Amino acid sequence: MTGFHYTKRKVFNYAAQTASLLCAVCGIAFLFWILKDVAVLGAGGLDFSFFTELPAPPGEAGGGMANAITGTLLITVIATAIGVPSGILAGTYLSEYGRGGRVAATVRFIADILVAAPSIVIGIFVYAIIVRPAGGFSTIAGAMALAIIMLPVVIRTAEEMLKLVPDATREAALALGAPHWKVTVLVVYRGALRGITTGVMLAVARVSGETAPLLFTSFNNAYWNWKLNEPTATLTVTIFNYAMGPYEEWHAKAWAAALLITAGVLFVTLAARLVVRGRSGS
Amino acid sequence: MALLDRHKADRLGDALFKGAALFFAVSVLVLMGLIFIVLLAEAMPALRAFGLRFLYTAEWDPVRSVFGALPAIYGTIVSSVIALVIAVPISLGIAVFLTEMAPKPLAGPIGTAIELLAAIPSIIYGMWGLFILAPLLADHVEPFLNNWLGFIPFFRGAPLGIGMLPAGFILAVMIIPFISSVARDIFRMVPPILKESGYGVGATKWEVIHQVVLPYTRSGIIGAVVLGLGRALGETMAVTFLIGNSYDISSELFNPATSISASLANEFTEAVDPVHISSLVALGLILFVITFIVLAAAKLLIRKTVNGDAR
Repeated sequence: MTGFHYTKRKVFNYAAQTASLLCAVCGIAFLFWILKDVAVLGAGGLDFSFFTELPAPPGEAGGGMANAITGTLLITVIATAIGVPSGILAGTYLSEYGRGGRVAATVRFIADILVAAPSIVIGIFVYAIIVRPAGGFSTIAGAMALAIIMLPVVIRTAEEMLKLVPDATREAALALGAPHWKVTVLVVYRGALRGITTGVMLAVARVSGETAPLLFTSFNNAYWNWKLNEPTATLTVTIFNYAMGPYEEWHAKAWAAALLITAGVLFVTLAARLVVRGRSGS
Repeated sequence: MALLDRHKADRLGDALFKGAALFFAVSVLVLMGLIFIVLLAEAMPALRAFGLRFLYTAEWDPVRSVFGALPAIYGTIVSSVIALVIAVPISLGIAVFLTEMAPKPLAGPIGTAIELLAAIPSIIYGMWGLFILAPLLADHVEPFLNNWLGFIPFFRGAPLGIGMLPAGFILAVMIIPFISSVARDIFRMVPPILKESGYGVGATKWEVIHQVVLPYTRSGIIGAVVLGLGRALGETMAVTFLIGNSYDISSELFNPATSISASLANEFTEAVDPVHISSLVALGLILFVITFIVLAAAKLLIRKTVNGDAR
């Protein structure tokens, strides 16, 4: 009897362990399956004209996505310029001034919810407060939407990274008579530079792949646009339109754009992780 | 004198810097409030026109200008529940593997690989789902499910590869990294001494996981699952590609359906009728409120486990 009981327990144990191993294999298999398809189907369309030419008229061969590439870069850069400084300052408040306070606790809680809030709702919000009053879709509206999505991500990582700077460092600088803000900017920021860089890179990677909030804000454009108050093409929105469209040519172009954006996002994400690893110990 | 001036300048600098930091911190709260207020204001015409019926009527007809949110709410919830049913066991399996089984040098890279699933943009999942996954489901998986499990009413409907089940499936793949990485962090908080006392009385690894680790981390794990739910509810592009855009409510999961986010993505820029636009914003408001509640609950549940450990 005991023998049977013992065997049963052992069998259960091996079954459970095998199952959890299979789960991990399954997750990784999906990652490589998706990446493989994107790479194989996208590589064919990534020729020179893809990077240099405007889109061809519907159904015609040739053309590129040069305007969408610059559009994505432009919107991401503006969003970063708005979202990162405000996020770092807010994170500074949470870490340096309001550690135990009620305001900080509330901000932390709301920021954590905003991080995972549906991005399409942010798109509607920006449509209501910028696009409609201004009378049309615009680059700046798209950048605002992405900045709002970025903000809570930057706040939370900035706070975590600033908190890793030992209090003794702050006290040493304060003891020399430096004012608090100088201590924060010259000493604490410097200590947390690496971590904050990582957070910013992850946030940039995340928003540059966003589509939903751009549908109603920056919309789309078949031509070049550098104006802030005009609609702008982006890679992700162009993928959406092309993939949903009926032409084989469009699908090939969409796959090429998908490869470009996926490679970019994964590269930045992995690079950010390596920056963190460079930090000894933590 | 000069020293005093400098002291004054420092005090001013401090006040300005602290003020700026506080301003941006509070701006998050203002932002959250503004989003809610603006959505509510924009949704008012629809809510006034249809009242509470908006929530439970199933007709969505832009031509007659009659709108009910039920099909979209139904699709959002059902596709997210399908995603959880598939993703939760797999995610917990991954978390167990990473914390209890994988050798140290392997656990890091495997964990990173799983987390990379979260970095792939939603639109890529959608496109991959539409061009690669959907034909596969239509030709092989859905006929197979219908043959063997067709006696359950869920596994029926048009095997197009596009519909409620495919949307739920792609959502599952997308939320696995979120659930598994939170679950992994929570499993790591179990004090080693608890696990060791389990091994000490001769328990197997499975018995320790099942009877020590899981009970200890219960509320945190529920929190991780609820967090995954919050992510699934608001996910847009992948669902838009795969759910099929149909305002019919069907219990047969192969059939096309719609979700709040998919309706918004498809119709918002094309809507002209003010009531139509307002109804779409009302859908967005419903989604925002549901995800707010779900994510707040997740946060509180996870915090309970994390704080419990600190005490």
